[in-house]
Amino acid sequence: MQSKVLFRVVVPFLIMMVTACSLQPVQPWERDILAQKKMQLDPYPIDAALDEHTYFSKEASRGGAGVGGGGCGCN
Amino acid sequence: MLNPSFRFTLTLLSLACFAWIPPVFAGDDLPDVTVTTAQGSLRLSELRGQVVYVDFWASWCVPCRKSFPWMNQLQQQYSKQGLKIVAINLDKDPQLAKQFLADFPANFTVAYDPEGLSATQFKVQAMPTSYVIDRQGKLQATHLGFREKDTAAMEAEIKALVSK
Repeated sequence: MQSKVLFRVVVPFLIMMVTACSLQPVQPWERDILAQKKMQLDPYPIDAALDEHTYFSKEASRGGAGVGGGGCGCN
Repeated sequence: MLNPSFRFTLTLLSLACFAWIPPVFAGDDLPDVTVTTAQGSLRLSELRGQVVYVDFWASWCVPCRKSFPWMNQLQQQYSKQGLKIVAINLDKDPQLAKQFLADFPANFTVAYDPEGLSATQFKVQAMPTSYVIDRQGKLQATHLGFREKDTAAMEAEIKALVSK
């Protein structure tokens, strides 16, 4: 019972703690790269805005389009 | 279900995620970094005997537009008393740094570290960050960011160190 919990819960948890989901975090002095236009989530903001307009006009409700390809997809 | 000692171990492990030790340099632990300047390579330990003001900056750092004129004034005022300002640039593209320097010239030593090795060794948390090092090579102060209202206090600090 103990070793089942150990291998299925504790060991993966420890591995996740150590790797932190991203092997190399962004350093403070590298943040300018994230601010570049090509690093934005949405590559075509005008097209996205026009599509958004079409959708909320047809659906009579708005929202849910904000997250480009990331996020949890819960909306 | 789980025995008490195992539960205790699990609790401790889950609390481990809150263990974050802020980077603090004890007096002697200051990293001896080597950076490249226009005059060649420079090692921090070579500057012992002078009061060193190490400033990590980048071309995109907005407060640096205010900090550079202040550092110019500081270098001019205290250079005879042994103050050396070393501004280490962390831009990946040194051309951007040169553009910044064209708009905000520096009369102090400017070093380039595009790989960010010296910043990693100093565990830089914010941009800009400056470190005040005394004549014996010990870290006296760390300043995260640059605010004009703090300049008077920083200048007093440096004045005290150069007079020793």
